[in-house]
Amino acid sequence: MSAFSQGGAGGRITAALRDATIAAAVAFGLFVVMVGLRTDVSPTGALVLRERWTEVAMLCALVFAGRLVVTLWGLRPQSLGQSPERAAAMARAGKLFAPLLLAAALVLPFVPGIGRYELDLGILVLTYVMLGWGLNIVVGLAGLLDLGYVAFYAVGAYSYALLAQYFGLSFWICLPLAGILAAFWGILLGFPVLRLRGDYLAIVTLAFGEIIRIVLLNWVSLTGGPNGMSGIPRPTFFGLPFNMSGEPGTFAGFFGIEPDPVHRVVFLYYLILGLALLTNWVTIRIRRQPIGRAWEALREDEIACRALGINVRNTKLTAFALGAMFGGFAGAFFATRQGFISPESFTFIESAIILAIVVLGGMGSQVGVAVAAIVMIGGFELFRDLEEWRMLVFGAAMVVIMVLRPRGLVGSRTPTIALGEKRAIGAGHVSEGRG
Amino acid sequence: MTEHTPMLEVTDLVAAYGAVEALKGVSLQVRQGEIVTLIGANGAGKSTLLMSLCGDPQPRAGRVLLEGRDITACPTHEIMRMGVAQSPEGRRVFPRMSVLENLLMGAQAQGHDPAPELEKVFALFPRLKERQAQRGGTLSGGEQQMLAIGRALMSKPRLLLLDEPSLGLAPLIVRQIFSAIRALNEAEGLTVLLVEQNANQALRLAHRGYVLVTGRITMEGTGAELLARPEIRDAYLGGGH
Repeated sequence: MSAFSQGGAGGRITAALRDATIAAAVAFGLFVVMVGLRTDVSPTGALVLRERWTEVAMLCALVFAGRLVVTLWGLRPQSLGQSPERAAAMARAGKLFAPLLLAAALVLPFVPGIGRYELDLGILVLTYVMLGWGLNIVVGLAGLLDLGYVAFYAVGAYSYALLAQYFGLSFWICLPLAGILAAFWGILLGFPVLRLRGDYLAIVTLAFGEIIRIVLLNWVSLTGGPNGMSGIPRPTFFGLPFNMSGEPGTFAGFFGIEPDPVHRVVFLYYLILGLALLTNWVTIRIRRQPIGRAWEALREDEIACRALGINVRNTKLTAFALGAMFGGFAGAFFATRQGFISPESFTFIESAIILAIVVLGGMGSQVGVAVAAIVMIGGFELFRDLEEWRMLVFGAAMVVIMVLRPRGLVGSRTPTIALGEKRAIGAGHVSEGRG
Repeated sequence: MTEHTPMLEVTDLVAAYGAVEALKGVSLQVRQGEIVTLIGANGAGKSTLLMSLCGDPQPRAGRVLLEGRDITACPTHEIMRMGVAQSPEGRRVFPRMSVLENLLMGAQAQGHDPAPELEKVFALFPRLKERQAQRGGTLSGGEQQMLAIGRALMSKPRLLLLDEPSLGLAPLIVRQIFSAIRALNEAEGLTVLLVEQNANQALRLAHRGYVLVTGRITMEGTGAELLARPEIRDAYLGGGH
């Protein structure tokens, strides 16, 4: 980019062209093997090598054009700028944005035209919002990179399914139990990884997630193995079941309304909304407590924390436990909503999606995580018609977001305490120094 | 506890990283209300000594007494709650947290009301008060050093361990910081163990000094005595200011 400063439109275009050519060359190198050569099974059963040079040329041209646009029109984070006025305007908008989002979430089931499909999608999105907020405690606040978060989601789901099946306990008793069990597993994972950081921690947590899934898959006598567990009891409205009979003991009968299958969906929607908001409320409260501040300090500098006499072990374990607990709540909700669970629902890709939500949202930002969950899960649904291409769209969208906002959608951090007026720490400042 | 119990007494301390012995039997003493400096070249083991006093790494052999109490085997976070505070090497402020949050972190482990200490720190370093809402990482080097010392002071220490507070700072700023340390010592009677490469300034400030060479104490004496020694002049003050 040094050519920019030398001025001259001609020099700038030359530099951009050179830059785009290099990008296209790199793309060519990659696409020759990834796209250009493809092995197919011929009708006789033998493998044949098919060459697809047209596609390679098209892709390289696309990369060339894309790179040219990016450099010439300066689609760079710096140019999108964090001028003080802009940052202030963003902060004002941000203040309004969160309450608006909440209000929209609250009235959604009553908006005309919102049917069962939309509510189901809403429930799915809110589940991921909750998971994102739960993982945000571990990754965003405490800075412990956890690639196996789905394990706690699975522990919660299976806790509820097993407790309901073997002991006949109701959802409302199992919900806290699932949370406690997940927190217990969080601590269990936490102990061996106390000394690990960064990449090493990521590898071990990844393995932990897989271990839980593989145990569930192979412990056929308890969990049903790959067949999963079905017939998980549906939640009741404080003891009033949802069904179509309309008897006095049911939800519709008790309130004297027409039985409608949507009732249960609306109830589930508000249930997950409530659980998600609980996660959010607890996180916001704890961030202002000493333990929350210790988490953030731990993310910034572990050695400094030790020098200040912070008990690093307990700080890490509480982060793991609390994050896992909310994962467990979400898991119990997932089990009661689906009525059927199997290890297939708890693969690594789930962990990856939740982590992507936290990172795209801007580590540590509550609103950012919510928006990222809506964009990712909602967007995923939106592009359903594209079938396998949607992974491509999805990947491209993530690349674009990371280019434009390298610190996530909401990259600023508001101090938890201030003397006098509050000021947000803009994303623009964060990239400099040792941040 | 009498006046004669030293604040810190280290006897034959051995510390190692794996097979590499960084401290090969170090003995030193810091009396109540003293500023003691430990000077030495890169890799002499100065920082290891400070870290080892705090139990990280745990000493292999030897004894550390804090006000007569054996703390050799205590975990770090307990030692830091017994009236010891450290401003670590390289300052290590929390870059994304505000100055105020950084300072509060210093008081956290003790669990006392931070307000009176906060006022004292702001009185000692008015710059920190001006910048209290600013992010730690955006401060200048000197301000970060003030923040690191202020953060350590928030825990109301009786013994302050300072690891190279002059590192990478302009001479003028170093003088400011050293005079703040002197003021703390004179006004509050704070005991200070100062690890420095800047031998000239450190020895001028300190009541007594020790010279550490590859894990062993080779010389000790008052600041003035050490400054006058020709070996010190040649090894640590050559070309100094």
